[in-house]
Amino acid sequence: MATVNPTIQSAGPAAGSRSFLSKLRDGDEIARLITFLFAASVVLITVLLVYELWISSALPRQKFGLHFFVTQVWDPVMDEYGALPFIYGTLVTSVVSLLLAVPLGIGASIFLAELAPPQISDTLQFFIDLLAAVPSVIYGLLGVFIVVPLMRTVIFPGLNKPLGFLPFFKGPSYGVGFLTAGIVMAIMVIPYIISVSREVLLSVPRDQREAALALGSTRWESTWKVVVPFAKTGIMGSIFLALARALGETMAVTMVIGNTPKISASLFAPGYSIAAVIANEFTEATGDLYLQSLIELGLVLFLLTFILNGLARLLIIVTTQKGSGVGNR
Amino acid sequence: MGKLRIRREMNLMKRIAVLVVGVLVLGAMVWAQNPLLINGAGATFPYPMYSKWFDEYHKKFPNVQINYQSIGSGGGIKQVTEGTVDFGATDGPMNDEQLKAFQAKRGSAILHFPTVLGADVPTYNIPGVTAELSFTPESLAGIFLGKITKWNDPAIASANKGVNLPANDIVVVHRSDGSGTTYIWTDYLSKVSDEWKNKVGKSTSVNWPVGLGGKGNEGVAGLVKQTPNAFGYVELIYAVQNSMPYGRVKNSSGALIKADLASVTLAAAGAAKEMPEDFRVSITNAPGKNAYPISSFTWLLIPQKFQDAGKRDALKGFLEWMLADGQNYAEALSYAKLPKEVIEKEKRAINSIQ
Amino acid sequence: MSARVKWRRFVSNFMLTLTGLCALVSVSVLFLILGYLVFNGGTSINWAFFTQLPKPVGETGGGMANAIVGSAKLLMAASLFGVPIGFLGGIYLAEFSGGAVASVVRYAADLLNGVPSIVIGIFAYSMVVLPFKQFSTLAGAFALGLMMIPITLRSTEEFLNGVPRYLREGAMALGASKWKTIASVVVPAAYRGILTAILLALARVAGETAPLLFTAFGNRFWSRGWEQPTASLPVMIFTYAVSPYEDWHRQAWAAGLVLLGLILIINILARTILSRGIAVPRS
Repeated sequence: MATVNPTIQSAGPAAGSRSFLSKLRDGDEIARLITFLFAASVVLITVLLVYELWISSALPRQKFGLHFFVTQVWDPVMDEYGALPFIYGTLVTSVVSLLLAVPLGIGASIFLAELAPPQISDTLQFFIDLLAAVPSVIYGLLGVFIVVPLMRTVIFPGLNKPLGFLPFFKGPSYGVGFLTAGIVMAIMVIPYIISVSREVLLSVPRDQREAALALGSTRWESTWKVVVPFAKTGIMGSIFLALARALGETMAVTMVIGNTPKISASLFAPGYSIAAVIANEFTEATGDLYLQSLIELGLVLFLLTFILNGLARLLIIVTTQKGSGVGNR
Repeated sequence: MGKLRIRREMNLMKRIAVLVVGVLVLGAMVWAQNPLLINGAGATFPYPMYSKWFDEYHKKFPNVQINYQSIGSGGGIKQVTEGTVDFGATDGPMNDEQLKAFQAKRGSAILHFPTVLGADVPTYNIPGVTAELSFTPESLAGIFLGKITKWNDPAIASANKGVNLPANDIVVVHRSDGSGTTYIWTDYLSKVSDEWKNKVGKSTSVNWPVGLGGKGNEGVAGLVKQTPNAFGYVELIYAVQNSMPYGRVKNSSGALIKADLASVTLAAAGAAKEMPEDFRVSITNAPGKNAYPISSFTWLLIPQKFQDAGKRDALKGFLEWMLADGQNYAEALSYAKLPKEVIEKEKRAINSIQ
Repeated sequence: MSARVKWRRFVSNFMLTLTGLCALVSVSVLFLILGYLVFNGGTSINWAFFTQLPKPVGETGGGMANAIVGSAKLLMAASLFGVPIGFLGGIYLAEFSGGAVASVVRYAADLLNGVPSIVIGIFAYSMVVLPFKQFSTLAGAFALGLMMIPITLRSTEEFLNGVPRYLREGAMALGASKWKTIASVVVPAAYRGILTAILLALARVAGETAPLLFTAFGNRFWSRGWEQPTASLPVMIFTYAVSPYEDWHRQAWAAGLVLLGLILIINILARTILSRGIAVPRS
């Protein structure tokens, strides 16, 4: 791949006219080669990462095959490993976090994009960006010392008394569990939803709004019935992006989920997530099969986030391009 | 366009960056000369003890630093086998398979060195109950099998006459990481309950029938402290340091014994006389009228062959010190000293480290 | 005005107020976090916290000096590894490549950006820790550096593409070779944006805990040189927070405050001062 092909150079402005030799003398070819090597190393590292995960998880693939994903036993004594409780925990906490974060995040982004004067919108967005920079372990710290006790004393009694007949809100509550992890994760992903959705909403062409207002709709109607549907796919993209973040979230979840590989319907029950089990058990998995099962979990997590990220990016690109396309006309 | 300004700014930035990098690299290089750092990892059960020892030893011999990370016994075994740390530490002796794996990977044997004796204690946090509770082996197994779910269950209440136990659900707390504390606990439960032995077994990490997981003795103690109606097991010192209540346990002679230095030492009395050559011995449910039944030795895992002579000599020096002066720090931290016979035997074993 | 119009007005105002509330709640979380950290950690920040080593387990006092220096070293080595790859790779994408190669590189970078940090940790463990038989500052820095690559790469590319064409053409018309044009005209014109992005990437990895758990590991002493395990602020916060000791909780709050303070300061500086008039991309 590294062979020098002079015809490709012509992609750069005003480069094609000079001969290969003069370019070599000027250092252009050397610069090209060096920067190419660095760019290629990015590809190499990524390929290596996937390869490493793949070959280091061969044992459980051979031994359990697809059963790995549907069995519930995680038993280092008998050397039996099933990923279902972790996949379940990861999905449940992610869904809970989205249920909480999506309405709030989209509401806030509508305010920022449609209502707030630009100056206020930018200031608030600045704070949202700072919020996105708060590290996970800090959310975990607050989770352990604030959300967990709150869960035990306020939220659990509040939900269990009126709704305790539903399997989702059955007791007992330990403070830690699916719901706690979901709440902490929701707080963490809200900034991502707001930032991306705001951008998508801002890219909706002006004439869409003006047309709706001219036809006599209220401000809310023009926003909700015209602007939001126009940006729908992009907003979906922001949600997928948030979901991908939530799935891979490790530290905050490890600190508040309860670390129990069990599948329970109750949101107050303790659970486990893929990222959390890797964080807890990776340094101490003594058997090969044990270790490789953890790596296979890492691979699963990687694939899940990869698919979601791809989908998200696609959706965002589709909407923003649609917006600019119409707006230019 | 203020190109000149940008230029100037860039040059300044460059200079600052070069300066910072240079100073740090140089500093790190000069600094790298000094003391010998030995890395170890493993059991959280003796972590307070080791942390004290390594601190004292460093004060005494400033050119030796022993960095110990409490990542759990399972982690200690794994990392010393991989060779990523210089020594490991565990509360459950390595099994034959693990010994073989070490031999295969490192080409030499690994030695167990008992350091102190400790005990697992059942600890609880029941609002409104201040009395010291007593537990029978049956009730402990029942709670951890998920068969006893309420604090006022007859199996618990019968051993605690006069205590007003609430009808609350028991919140079982166990370790989420591979742990020697767990090994001792499950080793004990396997000895007293056939159902436990068949269903769960003993190991540094098991498939728990019920409960929440906390990381490390610290994590379990933290969870029990923060959770009303919680019940868990921790190494004695963690209960003492955190002033958490812990219960008496009925031993093999039928007496209700509270874990303390004397009762733990008594549990080791039998084993001390018949210590096997490799020091791998279990003293849970030991005979003896006043022996505490959930006691154990805890071990340092030291490879027999070292590539680095400096590290080898430093560790040998530490072991000598630990068996002599070091033992005097044990009781202040609620660990029992090693029996004399064991110390003598270990001194001989130190010589086999090459 | 008909009742229906009134109703629609009411709904409009109501919903719009609601969205305002959503924004308010979201932003207030930041101040809540800051407030809590200051309240719980502020009193514990003292001279000892910055200058002393941790005390043995269960004894009160001591500090996190080694973790602060450890984090600084990790970040420095991570930048030395991640920034050149990202920066030079970005130059290649923006200036030298066409078509297929560029899209493969971009795709790989996006893939790498999406990898959960714990998986990066696994990768660094098997690439650096196992072969060298040693947990080390370098292994931790490798993991963090990996996470900096995609952000640096994409933002370098973006900002270089944003440099107006006439600048390039002007330099080339004066006879400068292509790489001279890049080095003396294009990169200087874009450097504020790129530097901002690098600083933001640095701030992001500064708080990462998961990839350090089994690479940089931990160290109760000073970590000398680069081949020894090292303490770091995020890992210390984690281990101290889940411990049962009151004094450690106190220090975890203090460490949280220091870490968050540093990250926010970098963010604010990068976003306000450095990037005056530049649209900063989000990671």
